[in-house]
Amino acid sequence: MTIGLGHYLTVAAILFTIGVFGIFLNRKNVIVILMSIELILLAVNINLVAFSAFLSDLVGQIFAMLVLTVAAAEAAIGLAILVAYNRNRGSIAVEDINMMKG
Amino acid sequence: MILQPLFFYLFSFVTIAAALMVISSRNPVHSVLFLILAFFNSAGLFVLLGAEFLAMILVVVYVGAVAVLFLFVVMMLDVDFTELRQGFLQYLPIGGLVGIILLAELIAVLGGTLLSPDLVAEAVSPIPPVAEMSNIEAIGGLLYTKYVYYFQAAGMVLLVAMIGAIVLTLRHKEGVKRQDISAQVARSPETAIEVVKVESGKGL
Repeated sequence: MTIGLGHYLTVAAILFTIGVFGIFLNRKNVIVILMSIELILLAVNINLVAFSAFLSDLVGQIFAMLVLTVAAAEAAIGLAILVAYNRNRGSIAVEDINMMKG
Repeated sequence: MILQPLFFYLFSFVTIAAALMVISSRNPVHSVLFLILAFFNSAGLFVLLGAEFLAMILVVVYVGAVAVLFLFVVMMLDVDFTELRQGFLQYLPIGGLVGIILLAELIAVLGGTLLSPDLVAEAVSPIPPVAEMSNIEAIGGLLYTKYVYYFQAAGMVLLVAMIGAIVLTLRHKEGVKRQDISAQVARSPETAIEVVKVESGKGL
């Protein structure tokens, strides 16, 4: 029994679905929503690296690295917004955020 | 070769179980710790795929920086998390439905993928044999030559993220006494001393 491309893609698909499910489930908790986005990006990375390995093409790994960069930047900005919001409001409930609309 | 499937299933099951715990755990600190577990095991999957450099980057950048940043923020924000979990079960049916449909579609499309051998022969930048060149060397040789503009763009993204995070969280507190050296040096007897004539029999 050999592990093929389909196995890795299935793992990535399950991980992606868990991430989407996590956003639905934790509608009020921004921190868990950010962690779900990290899971989704991890699934994307697994897809890219799996295709890179099975197509024997290095470009997939380069792009996985770029996705990693964007994910790190997104986490930093998201958490900074969260800290600033918590400082102003004293809570991180997503439902209160619509006060920000102009 | 029984070891490769064994480790594949070990890493993928632990990754998926940890991911499930991330979204369902009551305590966000536990969520972050399970996120770290998920990242570690995906790094194992990357090693199985022959992408050692990305595996190490995942451990260093994600576990070392991003997850610790999450942990830091979760512990710094003193928030009542039980209140935030209200409505958890309310969204369970619709979320589960969407999730199951998405998963079924993704697995139907991707799970049965078979690559034609022609595609492997047409690789833009073929992975060199491991005996010739290590993974890091190959990535470096490609990233700093053909994809150098992408590399620069990634650097700009990180710079903007850093400046943005500092701008968002920096605040100047009122009433903090700071040393002003030029003002101290510029003091002269005229500005420093005030001569007051005190009338006799009265205080100031």
